[in-house]
Amino acid sequence: MTSNHKPGWKSLPIGGVAPEAGSSLKYKTGDWRAFRPQVDKEKCVNCLICWIYCPDSAIIRTEKWVEVNYDYCKGCGICANECPKEAIKMVEEQE
Amino acid sequence: MTIVGMTGNEAVAYAVKQSKVDIVAAYPITPQTIMVERFSKYVADGEVHTGYVCVESEHSAMSACIGASLTGARVFTATASQGLALMHEMLYIASGLRCPIVMGVANRALSAPLNIHGDHSDMMGSRDSGWVQIYAENAQEAYDWTIMAFKIAEERDVQLPVSVNLDGFIITHCMEGVDVLEDEAVNRFLQTRKPLFTLDPEKPITFGAMCLADYYFEFKRQQVEAMQNARRALDRVCKEYKDIRGKNYGILETYEMEDAQAAIICLGSTAGTAREVAHELRGQGKKVGVVKLWLYRPFPIEEVISALKDVKALAVFDKAISFGAPYGALCSDMVSAFYALRESPKIFNVIFGLGGRDVQPSEIAFVFNEALETAKTGVVKEKTMFLGVRD
Repeated sequence: MTSNHKPGWKSLPIGGVAPEAGSSLKYKTGDWRAFRPQVDKEKCVNCLICWIYCPDSAIIRTEKWVEVNYDYCKGCGICANECPKEAIKMVEEQE
Repeated sequence: MTIVGMTGNEAVAYAVKQSKVDIVAAYPITPQTIMVERFSKYVADGEVHTGYVCVESEHSAMSACIGASLTGARVFTATASQGLALMHEMLYIASGLRCPIVMGVANRALSAPLNIHGDHSDMMGSRDSGWVQIYAENAQEAYDWTIMAFKIAEERDVQLPVSVNLDGFIITHCMEGVDVLEDEAVNRFLQTRKPLFTLDPEKPITFGAMCLADYYFEFKRQQVEAMQNARRALDRVCKEYKDIRGKNYGILETYEMEDAQAAIICLGSTAGTAREVAHELRGQGKKVGVVKLWLYRPFPIEEVISALKDVKALAVFDKAISFGAPYGALCSDMVSAFYALRESPKIFNVIFGLGGRDVQPSEIAFVFNEALETAKTGVVKEKTMFLGVRD
């Protein structure tokens, strides 16, 4: 994980300081993910159980089904485990 | 000029008083005790406006110092031996969070067996902790370096903690005439700390956030840079200090090195004895010299090479053992420094003074003579000599 798109030591504030409040939003934890939840729109009944259980608030509500915010979803799989309709499948992330 | 009779501990406490420190959090331990005891008296007598935090351990002392330093305060603490060992994990946090804390270390042996006397085992065990390490030879130097330490630590491109090391008992408890500066001169020299970031509830920011594989490395690389900047900052600060003090401080001090064939390099109080012995041997026509290293971390490779490249033999004095290592810590660094040179002096290690064992002038003369012999023959008889140990 060299993460070339991230800032280097010369431009980062020293000592690991996050010099502004509310900056967690900028830290896209989605790249921690090994498995990605995939929602089958046909099976999803929009019950929102996944939305309640998601520890990262990464389930996005839409009118007819749910979607996943892959910027922050860490791939824990709780949504897939809890879905009563087996509408969410965990698939391995590819490079 | 105002000469005051003070021990090393008292000299450091006096320097801290003049440096207008905002917070001191410390826990007493022999032989550092008088350093903080004297300072707490200044606090109790209203001579300083410093917040004195009484803590239950050295681990807490350093933790409190880190928190205080992050608010932008000027912070001091002091410890020794087991106390420094107990602080160990917090030392890395102080340097990692870039807190310019100054710490007086009354160097003392580590248990076991229990021993309260002076050697460098404590700070040498923390040499990779990201702290700048300065070693004083006497109470005067301990006083001067403490004042300079704040300035070096707080330099914009440094922002690192600095330890001022003084040999337990030999410096901490010996009374000397210390030439102290006027308060006003110290005020002008130090001024108020200008922090880069401050912990302020009005303007919330985050210190000490978790940095995983994608960021941690970058912050460590920054610390490497800051360490190198500290070497340059020390040079600048010493030049500035010379204007008010009149004495030349720097990275190292040399004695009779111009045409020396054999030399000793050491840290701290040993340098005084070594100089005295070198002076005597010079009287007998023996070409010997002494290099005293003031700055040990960052290790000043270029400066030690420049000071010692012309000697034929070099005895490196280590007042601590690095068990299982090729040499004592200082000697390993010296060998590394000279590795790239085509012609290196023949180097051997002298482990000495552990647990406060006195080193006699006759023993140092013995080492000089061994080094002269090595200079002549080009042969190192003993890679590591344990000076003054009973077989």
